Amino acid sequence: MKRRALAGFGLALGLCSAGPAAAERLVLSLSANEVAIGSNYTGTRLVVFAVIERDSQSVARAGPYEAVVTVRGPREAITVRRKEALGPVWFNRSQQKFVQIPAFLGVFSSRRVQESMSDGLRRRLRIGIDAIVGAPEFTLDRGGEDEPFRAALVRLKGRDGLYVEDPRGVAFVTPDFFRAPIPLPATAPVGNYEVEVTLIADGVMLARRNASFELVKIGIEEQITEAARDRGLVLGLVTAAMSLLFGWIASVIFRRD
Amino acid sequence: MQIYLPIAEMPVSVLLLLGMGAAVGFVSGLFGIGGGFLMTPLLIFLGIPPAVAVATQSAQIAASATTGSLSAIRRGSVDLKLASVLVAGGFVGTTLGVWFFAAMRRAGQLDLVIVVSYVTLFTVIGGLMLAESIREFWSTRRGRPRPRRRGGQHPAYLGWPLRMRFPRSRLYSSIIPIAGAALAVGFVGAVLGIGGAFIMVPALLYLFRVPTAVVIGTSQVQVLCTALLAVVLQATLNGVVDIVLALILIIGGVFGAQFGSQAGRALRADLFRFLLAILVLGVGLRFVVELVVRPAEPFSITGSDVRR
Repeated sequence: MKRRALAGFGLALGLCSAGPAAAERLVLSLSANEVAIGSNYTGTRLVVFAVIERDSQSVARAGPYEAVVTVRGPREAITVRRKEALGPVWFNRSQQKFVQIPAFLGVFSSRRVQESMSDGLRRRLRIGIDAIVGAPEFTLDRGGEDEPFRAALVRLKGRDGLYVEDPRGVAFVTPDFFRAPIPLPATAPVGNYEVEVTLIADGVMLARRNASFELVKIGIEEQITEAARDRGLVLGLVTAAMSLLFGWIASVIFRRD
Repeated sequence: MQIYLPIAEMPVSVLLLLGMGAAVGFVSGLFGIGGGFLMTPLLIFLGIPPAVAVATQSAQIAASATTGSLSAIRRGSVDLKLASVLVAGGFVGTTLGVWFFAAMRRAGQLDLVIVVSYVTLFTVIGGLMLAESIREFWSTRRGRPRPRRRGGQHPAYLGWPLRMRFPRSRLYSSIIPIAGAALAVGFVGAVLGIGGAFIMVPALLYLFRVPTAVVIGTSQVQVLCTALLAVVLQATLNGVVDIVLALILIIGGVFGAQFGSQAGRALRADLFRFLLAILVLGVGLRFVVELVVRPAEPFSITGSDVRR
């Protein structure tokens, strides 16, 4: 009873994480805070490590600890369109805009998030892809029509490995130490990635802690990106000169007369 | 072997890109066209953002066209006077087309405009060319070659004012219809995101009766100018030219274009027109299929920076 009251108190404090009232505390560590993209980059894998610290006020839990690691990539604006038939012709007719959604979304947990807590609480805490994508602020709502668009977004992003949910993505090494490998596909965009770790037991949230890492281009890749942004004319002229040069070289090599 | 593309922000197989560059370069060298209408869909199919694909393949077109232009100049099959009229008309058309493109996008019906234009333009032009080719084959086979063009027998529009002599093209014509055709091609090209040489080549062949060899050489020079301009403008205004992708496509493309133009020299003129007709018609039919077949996945995602 006391535990539930404490958890409820924690929620009332604005979903704050490891406040003084909570008995458990999370300590996080990422295997890297910066991931570099070079010319041979084909995706990467980060690991989140977490330790559950208990203090003297901690009560004994009936069930085991469960953990959910949510990774959100840089924000992007996206339009989902649907083709509809008009007579014999199919073309894009209706659309839904998603203004500020994570380009990458990964939910890794120690068991199915649907089994960890009630759906209502899950939606409130944004745990699980359906809860995050289904949240009202996720899109410019236009009534009942937007549900298929949200489903299509998850499906299409999932096909590219950009929206992933893995109910066995978190592994407990000891009862109070766990790790979660985060697979980043090569198409995940550069930018800041937020990692949010939620500790759950007996269907309530005990603690929540955030960390972040950065995906950056280095070396020649970084210089090219900067040049494209700041000195477009120069890059354009260099590219044009390159075309002319290679075209000329080929005509010299193949000259037969 | 994978390499990471810095602007497209994704890794791709180098060998695959080299192969694609070579294949499109071959077609482009064979017909004296840019090949953008083949390369752009291929790149988008690989997952490269459409804006990057459209902008970057211009560099490959420029390289292939350089090779093609140089060998055409050596063979003496370039009409520089005709090419400069085409470039001037095309430039105005491109500017108008870019403006129309933006207006239609604001109106929200760009996708439909693009697909419907592709279908009408390609199937009509391709169909006409194919019909003409088949008629030609037929009469040759019967041993009754159709009468060639005779002196004094010209379409009326060649006699409009501002007449100019293009000795190399064996053409004495008003520059109004020529510049007008170039303007229309530039306009359509800008709207559809293609170079438009494959419209210009049949126009020169059928409307102005320019000899095939001169058509290919001259169109190569025009493609070269347009593509260079497109690369510089896209890099300056939109910053979407991926130089690493461009380099790989160029290397594949220039060699492909060499073999293409050698094959083109060995090709009979009537066969050339037949193959070009098939190619244009094929692209048109592809869009018809896209328009009428029930899509397996009706939904699609586009990012904010994407042109279409």
